[in-house]
Amino acid sequence: MLRTTLAAALLASAAPVWAATHMIAPGADAAEKLQEALIMAEPGDEIVLAAGRYPLSDGLSLDVAGVTVRGAGPALTILDFTGQQGSGEGLLVTSDNVTLRDFAIENPKGDGIKSKGADNIIYHRIRVTWTNGPSASNGAYGIYPVESTGILISHSEVSGASDAGIYVGQSQRITVRNSVASDNVAGIEIENSRDAIVTQNYVTRNTGGILVFDLPSLPVMGGGNVVVSGNLVAGNNTPNFAPPGNIVGNVPRGTGIMVMANENVWVDGNIVQDNPTAPFMVIAYSQRFDDARYNPFPRNVVIGENMVDSGATDPALPGAPLLLAAFGGALPPILWDGLSQAGAAPALAVTGDIAGWSLNLQRQGQALAEAQPGPLTAPEQGIKWDASAVGAPPELEARLK
Amino acid sequence: MRRSSALLAVAALALSGAIAHARLVSPQVSDAAITGASLPPKLSDFGFFIHPDAQVPTLGVTPYALNTPLWSDGADKLRFIYLPEGTRLHADGEGLLRFPVGAAIIKTFAFGEGTSRRLIETRVLLHRTDGWVPLPYRWNAEQTEATLALAGARIDVTNPAGEAISYRIPNTNQCKECHSLNGAVIPIGPKARNLAAAWLGDMVQAGLLDQVPESANRLPDWRTHVKGAAAPLARAYLDVNCAHCHQPGGMASNSGLDLRWEQADPHAIGIMKRPVAAGRGAGGHEFAIVPGAPDQSILAYRLASAEPGVAMPELGKSTVDPDGVAVVRRWILEMKTQ
Repeated sequence: MLRTTLAAALLASAAPVWAATHMIAPGADAAEKLQEALIMAEPGDEIVLAAGRYPLSDGLSLDVAGVTVRGAGPALTILDFTGQQGSGEGLLVTSDNVTLRDFAIENPKGDGIKSKGADNIIYHRIRVTWTNGPSASNGAYGIYPVESTGILISHSEVSGASDAGIYVGQSQRITVRNSVASDNVAGIEIENSRDAIVTQNYVTRNTGGILVFDLPSLPVMGGGNVVVSGNLVAGNNTPNFAPPGNIVGNVPRGTGIMVMANENVWVDGNIVQDNPTAPFMVIAYSQRFDDARYNPFPRNVVIGENMVDSGATDPALPGAPLLLAAFGGALPPILWDGLSQAGAAPALAVTGDIAGWSLNLQRQGQALAEAQPGPLTAPEQGIKWDASAVGAPPELEARLK
Repeated sequence: MRRSSALLAVAALALSGAIAHARLVSPQVSDAAITGASLPPKLSDFGFFIHPDAQVPTLGVTPYALNTPLWSDGADKLRFIYLPEGTRLHADGEGLLRFPVGAAIIKTFAFGEGTSRRLIETRVLLHRTDGWVPLPYRWNAEQTEATLALAGARIDVTNPAGEAISYRIPNTNQCKECHSLNGAVIPIGPKARNLAAAWLGDMVQAGLLDQVPESANRLPDWRTHVKGAAAPLARAYLDVNCAHCHQPGGMASNSGLDLRWEQADPHAIGIMKRPVAAGRGAGGHEFAIVPGAPDQSILAYRLASAEPGVAMPELGKSTVDPDGVAVVRRWILEMKTQ
């Protein structure tokens, strides 16, 4: 009982004085020792992974609240899943208030680290790498928190994911910052989530850089209140290597920042260079759906001042040569499909001086072949919304200090 | 149940020889091991079995079987329920029987037949005051004892098809992945709809169950899988093998796929439903189920794979269940195209 009381107190304070530390070092029985520690740890405990490579044949999992898993650094402590024989991810976390930091996951057969229903989780200095580079046979997501409230991802790095490097789904109160996403299909994806900020990240060599999506038929829908600011989104032109059938398989190579459906998305202060299909893309969900709860249109997406190049010089779009000729060699940086919800907020406002073009589609689900491209006209002001809840709760940042 | 009446019943069976004799001197199950806070290091600490190697249960431990069982690499499964003296189960419609605190559910996994049968692991679910606790125990080579394997294990076995496979004993957390619903650990198997009415009747007779629910025995007998009607077999198979994760509040709730027996919405069970986080598990297909086209259905594709990252279920499966795949494919093939 005493221990439980202490553990509760420790959760409140940031410095666990009484907590136990479980030391794990590489060796023949390291995998078993590590999994045992993940099971036997008590709230407030820290599991410390010494530097080295840990070959693992099965997925790891953690279901104890308030535990920290700490390696010696993302280049030094490597959980190696190259020989994985079971489980859908490398590490699964299903408990609240967990901190994962300073270690790497390599070559998981499915997802890298998945946290589900795990509130107030921190991923700090985590690396997930598929060492063979972009390949359809790589796992889907690198860092994969879902159905959670309170997510902080910082100073982390994902490359090679065949879906999204950093993917946050069906969650709220989210910060993704100071991280690197490269050589994935989608660099960073915020899906069916609210109150998120994606900032100060370097997103490069993906098919698409930063995606903000809202999809139908999921338990949690109604994505919105998302800020994408201060990121470097450059050189995202990797041919799409997603296994067919997945929604990101539709993202054309050369996409910088893409918003599909969603409400209240603020895109500002980013450097967006060399994304030759569309530096910015704002579109409605294009597929057929059967879900009365779902709104397929973007509402109040605001593109503010961003540093962007001349636009799309090599678009992966049907009729590209004609389009390029019509627009004088480069498509304007903002691509809008022309769709908005009747009677609702405008789909898109452009407060900066970035030019755009519209496909001028007339209805949701209309084929791209029926587009009637023309210059973009959009309001110069968006509608104010309350951004006070955007980002991970402050106590998560405090826990890192 | 009153122990005295059980003893009488055992005495009446005494003619049947050694086993009954053993029952007469049978040790008690350790209620303290079940309800205490510790993790008993050995299976024998519970005292569930008189002859552990032969899986002969002691008093108060009742064997049961399921109409449609969960497939686990072709392992034979021996299932038991333990109820503390003076307690009984309560039926709750077609769903899970309700277990009193102090109860345990015991499942032993074995490969081989008859005398060559080899016990691999025994999983126990202990109903403690603060909830169910799952623990896996690994059998020794001598088959005399099973010891707690918190972190799980991999064991080389030969499956009934004669293939050498790497069989996975799940770790405690992996137990919880399948057994969790809305954050709590619960049993999966003993639902009234998947239990024979005759067995439930026997339990009522023995004073171990309050009533036989009308909805008992609804799931088909899996032994009819070759020629039985495809739809009920397939839905039962998906309910038993998949729905513990694929339902609202389950481990795979974020997929939006709900494979429970009672789910009637075609989209929710996957018909023309697009994948959410399938990754390469989609296998190049666009929908979980395309009516009439099993070869274009993600569900059939993942069921027919043993490759981690593609294979479903993600846990407890090292090899493909050809019978399950055949039934599910037959069901999809027979579906009316839209």
